[in-house]
Amino acid sequence: MSTATSLHQSRKRKNAVMMTLCVTAAGIGLAWLALILGALVYKGAAGLSLDVFTQMTPPPGDAGGLLNAIYGSVVMTIIAVIVGTPIGVLAGTYMAEYGRFSRLTTVVRFINDILLSAPSIIIGLFVYELMVRPMGHFSAIAGAVALTILVIPVVVRTTEDMLNLVPNALREAGTAIGAPRWVVIKSVAYRAALSGIVTGILLSIARISGETAPLLFTALNNQFWSSNLNAPMASLPVTIFQFALSPYEEWQQLAWTGALIITLTVLALSIVARSLTGRREDK
Amino acid sequence: MSAVQEALPAIRGSRDAIVRRFALTDAIFHGMTRAAAILVLVLLGGVAISLFAGSWQALSTFGFSFLTSESWNPVTEKFGALAPIYGTIITSAIAILIAVPLGIGIAIFLTELCPRPLRRPIGMAVELLAGIPSIIYGIWGLFVLAPFLQTTVQPFIIGVFHGIPGLGSLFAGPPYGIGLLTSSLILAIMVLPFITSITKDVFDTVPPVLKESAYGIGCTTWEVTRRVVIPYTRIGIMGGVMLGLGRALGETMAVTFVIGNAHRISTSLFAPATTISATIANEFTEAVGDLYTSSLVALGLILFVITFLILAIARYMLMRIDARTGA
Repeated sequence: MSTATSLHQSRKRKNAVMMTLCVTAAGIGLAWLALILGALVYKGAAGLSLDVFTQMTPPPGDAGGLLNAIYGSVVMTIIAVIVGTPIGVLAGTYMAEYGRFSRLTTVVRFINDILLSAPSIIIGLFVYELMVRPMGHFSAIAGAVALTILVIPVVVRTTEDMLNLVPNALREAGTAIGAPRWVVIKSVAYRAALSGIVTGILLSIARISGETAPLLFTALNNQFWSSNLNAPMASLPVTIFQFALSPYEEWQQLAWTGALIITLTVLALSIVARSLTGRREDK
Repeated sequence: MSAVQEALPAIRGSRDAIVRRFALTDAIFHGMTRAAAILVLVLLGGVAISLFAGSWQALSTFGFSFLTSESWNPVTEKFGALAPIYGTIITSAIAILIAVPLGIGIAIFLTELCPRPLRRPIGMAVELLAGIPSIIYGIWGLFVLAPFLQTTVQPFIIGVFHGIPGLGSLFAGPPYGIGLLTSSLILAIMVLPFITSITKDVFDTVPPVLKESAYGIGCTTWEVTRRVVIPYTRIGIMGGVMLGLGRALGETMAVTFVIGNAHRISTSLFAPATTISATIANEFTEAVGDLYTSSLVALGLILFVITFLILAIARYMLMRIDARTGA
C-alpha cells in the first residue's frame, strides 16, 4: 500500500517537474522573442520620421533617409513577383492537376521543398555566376532574378497545396457538362483556390522583402538614387547590413529604423495572408 | 426533317472544329504547366552546375587539401575551408542543442498545457516569428546581445571556469562579445520558431484515441507525452530538427553580424570565428583574383552539398509521417 502511494507520489512529482520545465521553456522562448521585438521597436521608432521616406541615404555623419533603398527593394520585389508568380502557379497547377499522379510531380515536389529551404546565399552565388560574371557588372536585374528564384518555390508549394484542397466533385461537375480540362482548371479550380494562391504570393513577398544574402553580390548597393535596372541598385536589407556595421551613429540609427520598417511589412503581409486562408477554414 | 439532315454535316464539322480547338488549347496549357514544373528541376540543377563550374579552379588547384587546410591567405593565395566548416558545424550544433529542448517544451506546452483561448494566438505568434528576416536577428545580436554578453555574462563565466582543465579552455580568452557562442545563441533563437511549429504540427497528428486510452489507464500528462506522443511522432520531430539544422547551417546574415570573421579554429567558444556563409557574405565582393573568388564559390558548393543532404533527409522523414497520417 505504502509503496503504491509513494510510486504514485513520485510519478506525480515527476509530472509536475516536467510540466514546469515545459512552461519555463515557453516562458523563455516567448520572453526572448519579446526582447528582440521590444528592442527593435524601441530603437527603430526613435528614428522614424517623414525624412526616412523622403530623403536619400546620407553620407557618413549626415542626416538622411532611406528613400533610394526602399525604392530599390520595392522595384526588385515587384519584378520578382511578376516573373515568379506565373511560373510558380503553372508549376503548381501541373503538380495538382495534369500531373497529379505522375512521377515527375513527386520529383518536382521533393526538389521544390529543397529549393524552398536552401540557403539564400547559394542562390546569390548562382545568379552571380549566371548573370553578373557574364555581364561584367552588378545590376538590379540580377538582384531581381535572385529574388525570383526565391519566390518560385513558395508559390509552387502553396498553389499545389491549395489546388489539392479543391474537391474533385467540383472538377467532375465541370467535366460532366463538357468543359475541357483547361476550362475546368481556369474557371473551377483556380476560382476555388484563389484566396490560397494569393496567400502564397503574399508569403513569398514577405519572404523576399527581408532577404539580404542573395542581393549582396547581385544588386550590390548604391549610395544614390538609381532607377537603371542595368546598374547596381540599393535595397533596404543590404543598406541595413552596411549601415549597422558602420561606426557612424546616424547610419546605425537608420539601420534600426530600416529593420523596423521591414519587420512591420513582413508581419503585416503574413497576418493578411493568414487571415485570407483563415476565413476559408472557418467556412 | 430534310432541312435538319442537310444541316447535320455542317453542325458536325463546326463541332469537330470546336473540339479540336479545345484539345489544342488544352495541350498548350498542359505543356506550359509541365514546362514550369520542369523549370523548377532545371533551377536546382543549374545551381549545382554553376557552383561546380565556379569552384573548379579552386578545387583543381588545391585538390582534397581544400577540405583539410586551415589556412586562408588572400595574399599568398592559399585557401582552405577547414575553419569555416568547423565554425558552421559548431555554431549549428550548439544552436540545435539549445533550440530542440526549448522547442519541444513549447510544443508540449501548446498542445497539452496551454489554456485553450491562448493556444491559437501563441501558436500564430510562433509562426509569425518564423517569418522575420534574419537580418533583424543579426542587428539585435550585434547591438544588444553581444554587448550584454561582453560586459556581464562572459567575464563571469571566464572567472568561474578559469583554471579548470578542459572547461577552462572552452571558455578562455578575452570577452569579445562576438564569436562562436553569440552566433550559436542567435541561431538558436532563429530556428526555435521552426522547430516549435513543426513539432506542434506533428503532435497534432497523434490520434486523440491513443492519448485518451493512455490517460484512461491513469497516465500523467508527462507519461502520455513521453510514452505515446513522442514515440508516435519521433520521425516527424527528427524531420523538424533536421529542417532547423538545415536553416542554421545556411543562415547568413544573422551570423555574419556576430561571428567576428576570423579564419582560425579555436577551442574557446568566446573566440571570434567564421562560418561558410559569413565568409562568402563578407569577402565575396572584395575578393581580388580568380582563385580567391573561385575558393569562395567552392565554399558555397560545400555548403550546398551539406544542406542538400540534411534537407533531403528532413523532407524524407516528414514525408513518411505525412504518408502515415494520410493513410
